Amino acid sequence: MHLAAHFPGVNNTTVWADPRSRSQIDFSSFEQLARTAERGKFDFFFLAEGLRLREHNGRIHDLDVVGRPESLTVLNALAAVTDRLGLAATVNATFNEPYELARRIATLDHLSAGRAAWNVVTSSDAFTGENFRRGGYLDRTDRYTRAAEFVATARELWDSWTPEGVSRPFAHEGPQFTVSGEFTVPRSPQGHPVVIQAGDSGEGREFAASTADIIFTRHGTLEAGRDFYADVKGRLAAYGREADSLKIMPGVTVVVGDSDAEAQEKAAEIRRQQVSPQNAILAAEQIWGTDLSAYDPDGPLPGIDPVPDSEITQGRVRHGDPFAIVARWRALAEAKGLSLRGTVIETTTRQSFIGSPRTVAAELTAFVDERAADGFILVPHLTPGGLDDVVDRVVPLLQESGAFRSEYTGSTLRSHLGLPEPVWKG
Amino acid sequence: MSARTSLHLAAEIGGPPHYDAGHYLRLAGLAEDGALDYVTLGDSFARPGLDALAVLARVAPATDRVGLVPTVTTTHTEPFHVSSAVATLDWVSRGRAGWQADVSTTEAEARLFGRRPAAPPAALWQEAGEVADVSGRLWDSWEDDAEIRDAATGRFIDRDKLHYVDFEGSTFTVKGPAIVPRPPQGRPVIVIDATTAPAREAAARHADVAHIRATTPEQAAAVREEVLRKAAAHGRDAGSLRVLVALTVDLGDVETAPEPGLESGPQLAGGGTYFRGGPVDLADLIAQWHRSGAADGFHLTPITPERDLERIVNGTVALLQHRSLFRTFHPGGTLREHLGLVRPVGRYAAKEA
Repeated sequence: MHLAAHFPGVNNTTVWADPRSRSQIDFSSFEQLARTAERGKFDFFFLAEGLRLREHNGRIHDLDVVGRPESLTVLNALAAVTDRLGLAATVNATFNEPYELARRIATLDHLSAGRAAWNVVTSSDAFTGENFRRGGYLDRTDRYTRAAEFVATARELWDSWTPEGVSRPFAHEGPQFTVSGEFTVPRSPQGHPVVIQAGDSGEGREFAASTADIIFTRHGTLEAGRDFYADVKGRLAAYGREADSLKIMPGVTVVVGDSDAEAQEKAAEIRRQQVSPQNAILAAEQIWGTDLSAYDPDGPLPGIDPVPDSEITQGRVRHGDPFAIVARWRALAEAKGLSLRGTVIETTTRQSFIGSPRTVAAELTAFVDERAADGFILVPHLTPGGLDDVVDRVVPLLQESGAFRSEYTGSTLRSHLGLPEPVWKG
Repeated sequence: MSARTSLHLAAEIGGPPHYDAGHYLRLAGLAEDGALDYVTLGDSFARPGLDALAVLARVAPATDRVGLVPTVTTTHTEPFHVSSAVATLDWVSRGRAGWQADVSTTEAEARLFGRRPAAPPAALWQEAGEVADVSGRLWDSWEDDAEIRDAATGRFIDRDKLHYVDFEGSTFTVKGPAIVPRPPQGRPVIVIDATTAPAREAAARHADVAHIRATTPEQAAAVREEVLRKAAAHGRDAGSLRVLVALTVDLGDVETAPEPGLESGPQLAGGGTYFRGGPVDLADLIAQWHRSGAADGFHLTPITPERDLERIVNGTVALLQHRSLFRTFHPGGTLREHLGLVRPVGRYAAKEA
């Protein structure tokens, strides 16, 4: 089993109003969570990225945790206070250039002695593009074309020095990029830093199968997880890859209590905090595509039709057909007698492992044993103390049963993940 | 505009590339022991070496006081990313970040990106100035108290304290606001090597610290005067800009050189000055130039960093401290405090007040 720690930022996972919640920006918060993850022998520490503050109803969204430092800079600093923990940065392939980014990621790999990973994300979002020279111009298909050529170009650059440390000129000419010259950084300790792909779409799965080392996903049940796992692993052979060469790691939350009942109670309270009355209205507005501020979050669902093609929320992709979602919500609310807020809670809860340490350890292990995941990216609802329970109470049980390592056996992230060093293709 | 303020000292820790952190940690630690204002780390896409900002981010948690000033070029990078990375360096160093802005003039660098051809220095420095300008605006785009965590209304931030920058430069536009909250120093320190005319123009408008080159104290004083005059013409307070003389130093193997003083050495980029002698001679030169009001201090580039920085700190600096010409410890925590520069009030906050 592989475990990673996510430092949450722009989302409504974080219960920032909890008195135990501290800064999302101060380095001490990052340091504490990373040290906790390393104490737990986790594979890596994971940072997300947002390149424009979200807007809702034409104004900056103020109900959410916004603002975050730049991933690679934080991770280079964390390399100073950790020894073994992998360090994964989310960096957008649409608003960067291969030469510069390949250099920055290779630099992290050198400065951390082989612990760097890059979570490749893309954007077709003209809204985000307003912060960049490039602007927003890529359609959905092109952004994966660009991402694939971006990763391939980065790997050509990482291969442009021989393993013996001799720099050789490179030249890449493709539909997206024409770059040539000499790379300034020698081959890094991992050869190629680990590549992560985030996302569940068909294009995302194919992109991951063709080129990624890890896919960061989310899926609800054990059954859904098994379907996803079989689908993605099944795509690897077409690219001449072994099933083990791509690790499937869903983002999950864990709530631990002294008993299963206590943990369930805690989890319900956390969800109520995450989906505050204001956040419930906001979530519904994102589905309906219109202002719902006149509605009571603890009352029934709005009786009106959704507005298609609304851009009420900028900076977050609107998923699916709003009419279908509203119909599903109505059926669910009726069947379970839920209020608007209750429905939002019910529909937005991601995969959670809730229970006593023994229950949680058993369920995590079952997911791996039954091929629904190779491991998990844990998303705490509190920073920076939100993983203490898992590390102190669940990890020892996983270690006892042999499901998870008791000590790091190697020093690089590739060694933690059991991924071979890439063959040099000079 | 006499420069009889306290003496400021900084040192470059680059040189031949190293690909692990240890080398840079030792040098930055040495500079910190000498109570230097800051270390610079040069960078370019055109020659071997790691990303300088990343190296100094790696150094930040292992040091406490010394300022950290990487070179970040502006020609082929995204201004929004540059401003975020420098702001983040300020967060991870708890207020010790600077940024030496530079440009990429060569066709070889342009080919590494394949997006635009090389351009003349004047155009690139015009653009670099705009990148410095928009960065300052982005750093100000969150007011200091924008994060309110108001549980009663469920608002994490007060959005009235966030501001679009709506910047239109000659080659780019940026909407804003920043994604990183206002950094500890308000604005990290901008350093520009003002040797060439277009760079000097950008320095006068945007820099907090200008590095200049001169071979005599009189020449240094004249260049300093010129930079401050240009800054004043842009409506800046002359007290908000520090001018340091850049000096390449070779402290050799002896305490005192047979013929002490300033000599012209090998040809250096930008017509730089070159000092060869012993640590004591260097201390004499620094004391003399500073006393005569020629500069606010010196930015020293050791020719052999491991050897010369040790001699600078344990020889030159120790002597200046002994003569009470240089501080023995950092009385403040941030780079702005070391330099005697005020923490700027955010321009958007100021407008409302």
